[in-house]
Amino acid sequence: MFVLEWLGRSLLGVLHAVGGFFVLLGQTIHGAVRPPYAPRMVANQFVRVGVDSVPVVLLTALFTGGVLALQTFKGFSRFHAEGYIGSVVAVAMIRELGPVLTALMVTGRAGSAMAAELGSMRVTEQIDALVALATDPVQYLFVPRVLAGILVLPMLAVLASVTGMIGGYLVAVAYLGTNPVRYVEVTFQYLDLEDLTSGLIKACVFGLLLTLIGCQCGFHTRGGAEGVGRSTTRAVVAGSLAILISDFFLTKILM
Amino acid sequence: MSAALPVIRLSGLSKSFDGKLVLDRLDLSVTRGESLVVLGKSGTGKSVLLKHVNGLLRPDAGTVEIDGEDFWKAGRVRRDEIRRKFGMSFQEGALFDSMSVGENIAFPLVRNTRLSPEEIRARVAECLELVQLAGLETKSPSELSGGMRRRVGFARAIALAPSILLFDEPTTGLDPITTDVIVGVISALGKRMNPTSITITHDLKFAFAIADRVSLLYDGKIHSSLPPKAFEASSDPHVAAFVRGDASLERPEDTGTFRSIAVATSGPTIGAAP
Repeated sequence: MFVLEWLGRSLLGVLHAVGGFFVLLGQTIHGAVRPPYAPRMVANQFVRVGVDSVPVVLLTALFTGGVLALQTFKGFSRFHAEGYIGSVVAVAMIRELGPVLTALMVTGRAGSAMAAELGSMRVTEQIDALVALATDPVQYLFVPRVLAGILVLPMLAVLASVTGMIGGYLVAVAYLGTNPVRYVEVTFQYLDLEDLTSGLIKACVFGLLLTLIGCQCGFHTRGGAEGVGRSTTRAVVAGSLAILISDFFLTKILM
Repeated sequence: MSAALPVIRLSGLSKSFDGKLVLDRLDLSVTRGESLVVLGKSGTGKSVLLKHVNGLLRPDAGTVEIDGEDFWKAGRVRRDEIRRKFGMSFQEGALFDSMSVGENIAFPLVRNTRLSPEEIRARVAECLELVQLAGLETKSPSELSGGMRRRVGFARAIALAPSILLFDEPTTGLDPITTDVIVGVISALGKRMNPTSITITHDLKFAFAIADRVSLLYDGKIHSSLPPKAFEASSDPHVAAFVRGDASLERPEDTGTFRSIAVATSGPTIGAAP
């Protein structure tokens, strides 16, 4: 009986959060298309979400590309296909790992920071103050962050993919002794424009998800410093889950 | 006729949080230029009441009328127009900590008016002067003391020259001297702007210093609404208990363990009779 109760309550909680997400998405879109516009705030968020995330994204991508080359070598050498490491790394990074890993790293960095920032604004009544000053908090707080996320994630994803490919090259050529010319040739031989567009579309969607979920978790914070902590955790967990689950469906749709 | 029309009228206001009824069919009205102070002990929903007045919270039932207009029947744009009639000061100031003091006060002007940067700067300086904090524009909120933060909050609240002021616990947690400064500032604002105002507090001395009328919020309802002198001398048991600071009328669940200890120690003790 307790199990059913727990299941029901959890399901209701999830449905409530998902419903809230779409309500806030609607309000954010409505806030984005009507004045006042705030390009400077978008630019600020662009720097905080994007530029500041570059080092961690690059580092992640470099090692992921390297590991991918190592693992592919191990597997492919069993049927003498080592020559194709380059194309496997390229396709995997551009279609899948570039966007997903970037989004996960940015969720941990920026999504959590948004939840913490909006959460402390909520518990110190700064969000109430915005409303009292006739300012729509969703338009003022959500729109710049979400727009920045949608704009910057594709750029970071491309950066990550290229870095991953460089990581793969370094490992394959310097460590595994693959022919460098052949590696580069194979890298681009099987690459399609569609690989790039699908990666970019994914990155845009992830950018929207992680920023809006970060903002949503912060916006609905209750209960002081402890509540802010809970919201931050929730933003990372819910954001990462949303990215991984939507990734499956996006891949299916974009195939 | 129009002078008697209340500026703020709350009728049948009810609100609960997580199943707990905080406001229970509450009625309250404030006339133009009047300074109403709502007293009540901590946790009785004073802030909740205040946040209903300018639509920060939406009532579960009942209506909020501002100048005869039903707030929640108005559209989103109209609601923001109505909100501009209000200046609200929050408990801890609620200053935007990502901005300087000057930017905080300029915020409502930048968002809601077409004033030039020079005009905004002049208005910010004027508002800071009104709260006796001239020249503090470039300070960050974190550099200010609690009393100063609240006064900057007042300055931000009056930037748009609102006709109604709402003060949420403006003196809570301040020392007596700073409280006196706040009383002075609020009285000065009253003289200068002649606003309609609602102030929420549990500080009796402060309440009597600024009020035209004092109300007691008790059990989710406005219990008594009298001029300060009459309030102080009221024979209503709840008002008298509040003025005296007497907890004996409280229900045990409100005072928690403290009350049950009091009952246990004041009850007859076996063997204690002479």
